[in-house]
Amino acid sequence: MTQGESWGGYPKAAQTFRNVRDRHAALSLPPDGTALAFGNGRSYGDVCLNDGGTLLGMRGLDRFISFDAETGVLECEAGVLLADIIDIALPKGWFLPVTPGTKFVTVGGAIANDVHGKNHHREGTFGRHVLAFELLRSDGGRRVCSAGENADLFATTIGGLGLTGVVTWARLQLKRMGSAFLAGEQIKFGGLNEFFALSEASAATHEYVVSWIDCLARGASLGRGLFMRANALSADEAAARGAKAPIVLPLAMPLTPPISLVNGLTLRAFNAAYFYRQRTREAARLWHYGAFHYPLDAISNWNRIYGPKGFLQYQCVVPARDQRAVSEALLKEISRSGQGSFLVVFKVFGETTSPGLLSFPMAGTTLALDFPIKGATTFALLDRLDAIVCEAGGRIYPAKDARMSVETFRRGYPRLEEFRKFVDPRLGSSFARRVMGTA
Amino acid sequence: MLRIAIFGATSGIAEATARVFAGEGARFFLVARNAVALSDIAADLKVRGASEVLTRAADLGELDALQGICDEAKAGLGEIDVALIAHGVLPDQAACENSVEATRDVLAINTVSPALLMTRLGEILARQGAGSLIVLSSVAGDRGRPSNYVYGASKAALSALGEGMALKLAPQGVNVLVVKPGFVDTKMTADFSKGPLWASARDVGEVIAAAVKAGKRGTLYTPFWWRYIMLVIRFAPGALVRRM
Repeated sequence: MTQGESWGGYPKAAQTFRNVRDRHAALSLPPDGTALAFGNGRSYGDVCLNDGGTLLGMRGLDRFISFDAETGVLECEAGVLLADIIDIALPKGWFLPVTPGTKFVTVGGAIANDVHGKNHHREGTFGRHVLAFELLRSDGGRRVCSAGENADLFATTIGGLGLTGVVTWARLQLKRMGSAFLAGEQIKFGGLNEFFALSEASAATHEYVVSWIDCLARGASLGRGLFMRANALSADEAAARGAKAPIVLPLAMPLTPPISLVNGLTLRAFNAAYFYRQRTREAARLWHYGAFHYPLDAISNWNRIYGPKGFLQYQCVVPARDQRAVSEALLKEISRSGQGSFLVVFKVFGETTSPGLLSFPMAGTTLALDFPIKGATTFALLDRLDAIVCEAGGRIYPAKDARMSVETFRRGYPRLEEFRKFVDPRLGSSFARRVMGTA
Repeated sequence: MLRIAIFGATSGIAEATARVFAGEGARFFLVARNAVALSDIAADLKVRGASEVLTRAADLGELDALQGICDEAKAGLGEIDVALIAHGVLPDQAACENSVEATRDVLAINTVSPALLMTRLGEILARQGAGSLIVLSSVAGDRGRPSNYVYGASKAALSALGEGMALKLAPQGVNVLVVKPGFVDTKMTADFSKGPLWASARDVGEVIAAAVKAGKRGTLYTPFWWRYIMLVIRFAPGALVRRM
């Protein structure tokens, strides 16, 4: 049976799918070939694929184990979705300490990719809030890993792309959140100098900071965008502002259009309209957490908009040292190409070190955007961006990658050789074979 | 706050149904054979909001114990608002065709055991003068087909029993509901390749929970369009059904 697709729809892979339903059972390995834990298929490229091998479907491990509403410590199986955690924790005053831009990822996937969010400058990555997990290895070993116990497997499994073993359950420290709402401002900025000034000023005052950039703007408008910053509201503050949960319409992209609906024409129009929709420079905003953290989750299968060829998501980080100049170089390259998409995220990461050997974030600036696949020109553009990033000492995010070179990965992740020693010989992925040269 | 007894609580559909009620603070009495899975499910339902979860590890194939277990459920919960009977096996049809023992075992666990539970629970609910008795049957019971008539027969008996009890007990305030799922992706069907007709246990569980809350009785196909598929299959000529 063939099943298992990544969110970008590229590359395609064929693999045998085995559902995992019992966390007490031994690892269900095929007689030969490699296996890979597959969560909810929200990583974009090939870290969740294992072409020619086996995928272990982890969504069947979706039970909670315990939750202490006094301390915010939650234990659950690895296939539980972040959305499910919010459902049970928020009514008791707790929220995810770190969340990516979709809540439809599994806990196991969040650990394997050591995901980050709009509060990276405060809280670092998801892995920093993982207290412990159990790791199953192909030798039959079943180990509880934490900072104090099996610390090497703890550090290699966080951000380890599923290659060090299969996580069966995890213990997480949630974060207090008094209401479902956030308040803050949305501020227009005309260019990169303004963006970096706003980022610096907001880091101390706001927990959540993120920006949208018009990737087609050039010349004097290069680097223009919208800066969003917010703090969670307490129950009293939310009540005082009359915050009400929005009525969410069930929207879906019902089918894959024959061609990408995102092209030069639609994109230029979208971007200009989005930038000018806000009349004033600064606007006070009140957000429901869904609209703030997960705007795209409101549209099921939004990825279909890019048509049957799929899309490439590109996310890089460049070190703080030259972030202004390097960001400008990247934006110029993208703007000149006329490619890119409406969905562009720009953010300054904080200094907090990530717990994983292969974690992506570092102190500096991160840029993320989608590219509909238009063939060789798209791949060539991304190679040019890689060159700029590598030269600056930055790196590319594996969770979103489907095409970086062996060399780009090696340069971006200097601890790769250390990591290799912990790779389970019976586990593998399309990504690992492509950029790490493993089985 | 509903008080719910579930027999075969580790069934994928039963678990999905229980999660809906747990979110509303229900109290549970769960019965299943696998004690580890039972305690995992109990822990999960508590985190999801269940106010209390009582468990009883038991082999529901031991027919003599069933009446006592029903009484324990009643004693543990006080009143039973909802009783869900969900245990069952999907037998190897070919093996049953050549084995009296295999066929007997299937009928014991899929038919006799649920039928005895339905009888006792029907009595208990009628005495309460209220409650819902839900039994998981199957669309396979609507017509005997060469590929799975032993399973189909084992479920057909439950459908007939449930339909009759629904009419009989309605005046006493008891809603008896026969649930007929189509293809559902659970551990029972792990080895099947899944196509567009397949539903998730979660979707089926949500439909069942909604039907219980609406006080539905009689027969519930889920997903609903199986009613029409089975209508066609019931009246299809044997020459066609021979290949199914």
